[in-house]
Amino acid sequence: MLKQTIENLGNRTIQGVWRMGFAMRFFVTILLHSGTAFRRFGLTIRELYFSGVLSLIIILVSGLFVGMVLGLQGYETLQTYGAEESLGILVSLSLVRELGPVVAALLFASRAGSAITAEIGLMKATEQLSAMEMMAVDPIARVVAPRFWAGVISMPLLAALFSAMGIFGGYLVGVKLIGVDEGAFWSQMQNAVDFEQDILNGVIKSVVFGVAITAIALFEGYDAPPTAEGVSGATTRTVVTSSLVVLALDFVLTAFMFRGIG
Amino acid sequence: MNKTVLDLWVGLFVIAGIAALLFLALKVGSTSAITASDSYEVVARFENIGGLKLRAPVKSAGVVVGRVADIQFDNETFEAAVTLRLDKRYAFPKDSSAAILTSGLLGEQYIGLDAGGDSVKLKAQDRILITQDAVVLEKLIGRFLYDKAQEGAPQ
Repeated sequence: MLKQTIENLGNRTIQGVWRMGFAMRFFVTILLHSGTAFRRFGLTIRELYFSGVLSLIIILVSGLFVGMVLGLQGYETLQTYGAEESLGILVSLSLVRELGPVVAALLFASRAGSAITAEIGLMKATEQLSAMEMMAVDPIARVVAPRFWAGVISMPLLAALFSAMGIFGGYLVGVKLIGVDEGAFWSQMQNAVDFEQDILNGVIKSVVFGVAITAIALFEGYDAPPTAEGVSGATTRTVVTSSLVVLALDFVLTAFMFRGIG
Repeated sequence: MNKTVLDLWVGLFVIAGIAALLFLALKVGSTSAITASDSYEVVARFENIGGLKLRAPVKSAGVVVGRVADIQFDNETFEAAVTLRLDKRYAFPKDSSAAILTSGLLGEQYIGLDAGGDSVKLKAQDRILITQDAVVLEKLIGRFLYDKAQEGAPQ
């Protein structure tokens, strides 16, 4: 019994390390085979449509609502200190620094990441990838790399749209609904938000998240067992793993970027 | 290539994304960092800088004219050497004074620059000689209590 447990544990660990190594090799292979994705940019544009454009609605609507909630909640708290003019700072900083990149990445993982995994997994299960190899078409270059770059390109754009929409939502609730002074709202925001410190770091975060999510989604799809169960399990794993990785990476990046300067 | 509609959507998406980035950069954020080419640095020494932080504004007559570029502790004089990066458009007399002030009751601390009357202007790497330290609340209360006690003491 005990022996069995230890054996299982060891087996799982080895499998995990194995998978990790395979994932890394897969990632490097994507990077090495990226030439086609740029030479035949039409392929990447197609994927940009599926992972970027089709994610727009969920990103814009959630950004608007997140910003509106921030406006309401922030006003409630700031009001007790008589600092409701700082609402713009609160809304914009929390969106640009954290919520924009992170929530957009979580939505992107569940909206686009899962679709990528299911697509690649099914392509593998129906042996489309093998067929491509048979025709001397490299499936990594033809199928995987365009999806990877499309994800990496669309993620920062989506995060920026999320932040912009959220600030607009905060503006709607704060200025139009509650009646915070409009001039103070924008000018305090401009005073507090720094381009390099806040906005550029937010963009860097979203690019890193884009790389992580698409790489995980592609790998899970490519590695999925070629069965219905296998593909569904891989899709679930994509969402779970990439969400966790996004949150963990966010902590690491934040620790690097905002070490209490300024 | 029969993908024009799709291309259109992707183009719109990319343009919207870049527009959002521009909105964040221009309307929401500001590049507070004055570049080295259009600024000059002067040093002011304080015995106590209180809660002054890097990149805090330097204001004269309430207008932001520069930022705090560097804060060092001088181990020989045991003072704080604060480097102010001032906008080149503004020249100040050599005998200007710098004070560490607080905006509002609980606000952030900034450096207030009061222009003097000298005809010679401050140059890069000059030192502002007249400085006023940050107000430390404990010292203020201590002095107030001391004064009160003095008043109440029998002559």
